[in-house]
Amino acid sequence: MIFAHADLNLILPELVLVTGTLALLLFDLFARQNGRWMTHILAILLLVLAAASVLAQGMGLTASGWSGVYERDVLSAVLKLAIYGVSALCLLYARPYLADRRLWSGEFYLLVLFSVTGMSILVSAGSLVTVYLGLELMALSTYALVALDRDNRKASEAAIKYFVLGALASGILLYGLSMLYGASGTLDLGEIALALGGSQPTEPLMAFGLAFIIVGIAFKLGAAPFHMWLPDVYEGSPTAVTTFIGSAPKLAAFGMAWRLLDTSLGGLSEQWGDMLALLALASLAVGNLAALVQTNLKRMLAYSTVSHVGFLLLGLLHGGANGYAAALFYAIVYALMSAGAFGMILWLAREGFEAEEIDDFKGLNQRSPWAAFIMLLLMASLAGIPPLVGFFGKLVVLQAVIESGRLWLAIAAVIFAVIGAYYYLRVIKVMYFDQSTDERLIPATDTGLRIGLSANGLAQLGLGLFAGPLLAWCVRAFL
Amino acid sequence: MITLGHFLVFGALLFSIAVAGIFLNRKNVIILLMSIELLLLAVNVNFVGFSRFLDNIDGQVFVFFIMTVAAAEAAIGLAILVVLFRNRATINVAELDDMKG
Repeated sequence: MIFAHADLNLILPELVLVTGTLALLLFDLFARQNGRWMTHILAILLLVLAAASVLAQGMGLTASGWSGVYERDVLSAVLKLAIYGVSALCLLYARPYLADRRLWSGEFYLLVLFSVTGMSILVSAGSLVTVYLGLELMALSTYALVALDRDNRKASEAAIKYFVLGALASGILLYGLSMLYGASGTLDLGEIALALGGSQPTEPLMAFGLAFIIVGIAFKLGAAPFHMWLPDVYEGSPTAVTTFIGSAPKLAAFGMAWRLLDTSLGGLSEQWGDMLALLALASLAVGNLAALVQTNLKRMLAYSTVSHVGFLLLGLLHGGANGYAAALFYAIVYALMSAGAFGMILWLAREGFEAEEIDDFKGLNQRSPWAAFIMLLLMASLAGIPPLVGFFGKLVVLQAVIESGRLWLAIAAVIFAVIGAYYYLRVIKVMYFDQSTDERLIPATDTGLRIGLSANGLAQLGLGLFAGPLLAWCVRAFL
Repeated sequence: MITLGHFLVFGALLFSIAVAGIFLNRKNVIILLMSIELLLLAVNVNFVGFSRFLDNIDGQVFVFFIMTVAAAEAAIGLAILVVLFRNRATINVAELDDMKG
């Protein structure tokens, strides 16, 4: 095969990421401890460069390359920009936490960058092979990241749970993909849709394959009842790692879900729509109710992730452009909120103090009004209180659900969202109305983290008031 | 005569054994890793069977990718297992219960 220049041009962001990451690997090897700041800055610059190369290609570029295994469309461009941006924020937030715990090493940056490369490939996948390889590159790097703190009992338990259930999820998904291949005789996502166009949806191979694929996606997203790994992994991982695995991979998983369900299985949308409705309902119920009783903030946010995944699925199950746009908007907004919320824990944590209990936030307003205000914005946005952007995310998703004729589902979603507001408001209450008891509660002074997190918090308000452009791009992604 | 049905039943059997191994096993993490390998092999059997009977080479190419990824997965899994053993001096699945709720 002769690689035309156009094909190389198409994968520019991934080329930048891979070459940059490998160069960083060598650089870090020689720089060691003194040059760690350079590694930090270069890693963030690399993500900025990758984002710039997406923009340089042009947001509207739509092309398929490498014999159809790589797709470049508006959706992949939007998702890539969001993934790079959120990951850069995570790197920014993670530094002081890692430095305090002697975990500030080059490996962290490399694993994050490799994982980002995997996500980047995943959202551009045009064939089952690319889906699988992108997914595994993303997942394998995150397994290793969770085990980064090698002397931590909890982290190693979290890592093995994450690994076993993640690998099981990949295996189940892969089994579904093999059925899909068997039913259609091709690995190309677009051709699968064509091959299945005429066949009966009740064909046993297809029904089997679809069920396995849905279970695999639900596992990866963390939708109930396949969410059992999520709270343990979020709680056990070093918070810097939780920040990363709780945000960017959700965007990639959304991209994967859309590619598999719509691009290749769009003809079966009635079948998978009902399956996703059940998953969404279970996620909303389990996530919101279980989060109510948590005292550990990381665990509470993990259950809140489950409920937000429920909302994401509500957008997906619509099966039309409006629903997908709503789900994409929700995914991007959620990734930002989640990175910010875990970032707050990183901001307050210091050596010997994890700040991961809700009680650790007692009286934050007296000690640092600004940090309390940012946390207020993030929690209110997660709860879905207008005019913050979390509200608009929920609004567009609910509009799509009602449009798809499942009014009962929209009503259930609203009820659970109201129940869910309680545990976010509890954090706000603790910060503003309780007396501070812990002397250690002082936000870290790291400039990068402070600026990044402040911007992230204020973005909740800014994006809420000016949601138009982002929403417009989300709609354009599915035109 | 071996038909596609034989391949699929064999694959499904391997898959079921692997999933049962993951969920029923309460003793040893290494058995979990073995089950995961078996899971991927079950998928490989499916792909090879389909590839043979659809007369389409793509499936066999996919199998090579799966085997490569399986090797990488085993490497990471064993590395995590070593970390786990260093911290806890046990690899008993039932004792992995520090976090609950």
